[in-house]
Amino acid sequence: MLWIAWKMLVGNRVKYLGIVFGVVFAAVLIAQQASIFCGLMSLTVSQIRDVEGPGIWVMDRNVQFVDDVKPLSDNDLFRVKSVPGVKWAVRFYKGIARARLEEGLYEQIILLGLDDATLVGAPQGLFMGSVAGLRSPDAVIIDDAGYRRIWPGEPYRLGRTFEMNDRRAVLVGITKASRTFTSFPIVYTRYSQAVVFAPPERKVLSFVLAQAMPGIDPTEVCRRIDERTGLQALTRQQFLWKTIDHYLQKTGIPVNFGITVLLGFLVGTAIAGQTFYLFTVENIRQYGALKAMGASNWTILMMVLAQGVQVGVVGYGLGVGLAAIFGWVVKGASRLAFFMPWQVLAITAVAVFLIVIVASLLSIRKVLVVDPAIVFRG
Amino acid sequence: MSSPQPAAEPVAADLAVHVRGVTKEFGRGSAATWALRGVDLDVPSGELLMLVGPSGCGKTTLVSIIAGTLAPTAGEVVVLGDNLVAMSNGRKVRFRRENVGFVFQSYNLLPALTAAENAAVPLLIAGWKRRRAVEAAADVLAELGMGDRLAHLPSELSGGQQQRVAIARALVHQPRLLVCDEPTSALDAENGRLTLELIQRVAVQPGRAVIVVTHDARIYSFADRIATMEDGRIDSVESVPHHRGAGGDLPRPPA
Repeated sequence: MLWIAWKMLVGNRVKYLGIVFGVVFAAVLIAQQASIFCGLMSLTVSQIRDVEGPGIWVMDRNVQFVDDVKPLSDNDLFRVKSVPGVKWAVRFYKGIARARLEEGLYEQIILLGLDDATLVGAPQGLFMGSVAGLRSPDAVIIDDAGYRRIWPGEPYRLGRTFEMNDRRAVLVGITKASRTFTSFPIVYTRYSQAVVFAPPERKVLSFVLAQAMPGIDPTEVCRRIDERTGLQALTRQQFLWKTIDHYLQKTGIPVNFGITVLLGFLVGTAIAGQTFYLFTVENIRQYGALKAMGASNWTILMMVLAQGVQVGVVGYGLGVGLAAIFGWVVKGASRLAFFMPWQVLAITAVAVFLIVIVASLLSIRKVLVVDPAIVFRG
Repeated sequence: MSSPQPAAEPVAADLAVHVRGVTKEFGRGSAATWALRGVDLDVPSGELLMLVGPSGCGKTTLVSIIAGTLAPTAGEVVVLGDNLVAMSNGRKVRFRRENVGFVFQSYNLLPALTAAENAAVPLLIAGWKRRRAVEAAADVLAELGMGDRLAHLPSELSGGQQQRVAIARALVHQPRLLVCDEPTSALDAENGRLTLELIQRVAVQPGRAVIVVTHDARIYSFADRIATMEDGRIDSVESVPHHRGAGGDLPRPPA
């Protein structure tokens, strides 16, 4: 009987495509908007993800997210080092500086200062120059997107210079780095160099990067650091989610995307539900005939649900596929933030499932109450 | 009209349909309409009975009740030995599935299914595997002269051919009661005659009763008996003297 349901459904091509269109519309909109949202959220934590090595970030107790830098005192580094379970701890500078280019133009940049001795947090995606080059005087490494923004259309070339805080910076490397939320160029240098490039402040230490000793849970080490220093210590993962949580709660981004997703859901439900209902009404005599011939209400119910599931599977596949193609094409051609993790697929699947259930429910009542004697009426 | 029913009398074993004092009311209060006003009717197995009468006289209501698709307001309905009035809805569904074949006025074929697939629907409802069901349906269609139209969709068939598919569908599960509602109303004279010939040849058998609701006086000659309805009652039941399948002169249309 499910086979008959399927044949009935696809037999009416116009209605079938109409129902599928409704589901596809909703799935595309939900998957696409959710992926852009995830892409934006991913940008907010790109610098945490790019700093590989340390498992623990220590910061001022009031820091809410990665760009919310509240300087620490130099002593805080030693206090963290003294906490039992800490294998090592190093300085890390993060701030905004202004670069003056050769032509006299200015550009805001994100300045990252790495521990002079260990260079912990150094970029991993260098494709010109070397991390060791940072040990030279005035040396900086810039990210690929930053280079293209500062010197658009020009070939990659090391040895180029620009100024920060009236100090000369010499390019010794170019690296791939994740895009940031602000899209500013990222400039890496040594900590001692960064505090020279940065605008003068009494305290300049942004974060302490630390590592737990082997065999000790980093979360436990974070708890000890909190307890003994009064600072806020978070694992990399915790800091990542704290940053995302900040953007979710303190900005209008989720609401804006949420409205679009909700609209997609509602419009998709309306289109699919209405078309499915019309399809059922159009076939009501056929359902009546099936009931007269001995098909039970349960069988009819399963037929309608099977039609809904069929539409849902096709609509979901097409919708998610189109959203992925959209992301792939547009991401390649522009700077659109697009990230489609499995959770987006799962959320879209749940939304499509709900649409299909609502659409089916509208029709199910109609076919369940249809009197089989309808077939005897001319 | 809904006075207490007398105790049910024993039903003769060869009676396929036994209806006593059946009434049917649609609507309530001042809007109530009596479609049936106390119908008595017996149809023995092996007989082709035609229900005739003017529009609105209650033919379709009566046949719906006999087929188990509509419940009477009052009365006794025993079909193939089962009391339909006392049956639960679920049991009635099973009863129809196993015992009743339908030929509808507008065929009600599923437009997306081929002729063979349409004819196989009762077997699929009964839980047969698709391939086996379609093969069995193809055999019945071949018997009805539709062997070369098995893979055609209803839209590719003429009215007469569609009606043959509907007859095949009605007979494929070998029901003991065949109910035909205006089977010739959408057909021309020739196709109407062929359809009734087909029903008479294939459907009317010793263990099966056939009830045909019709307005079409041209096919009265195919009946064994003709029950004429008027205003919700059986007005008369007349035997039709003829040799089955021989055609011959039309009987005088009932008054």
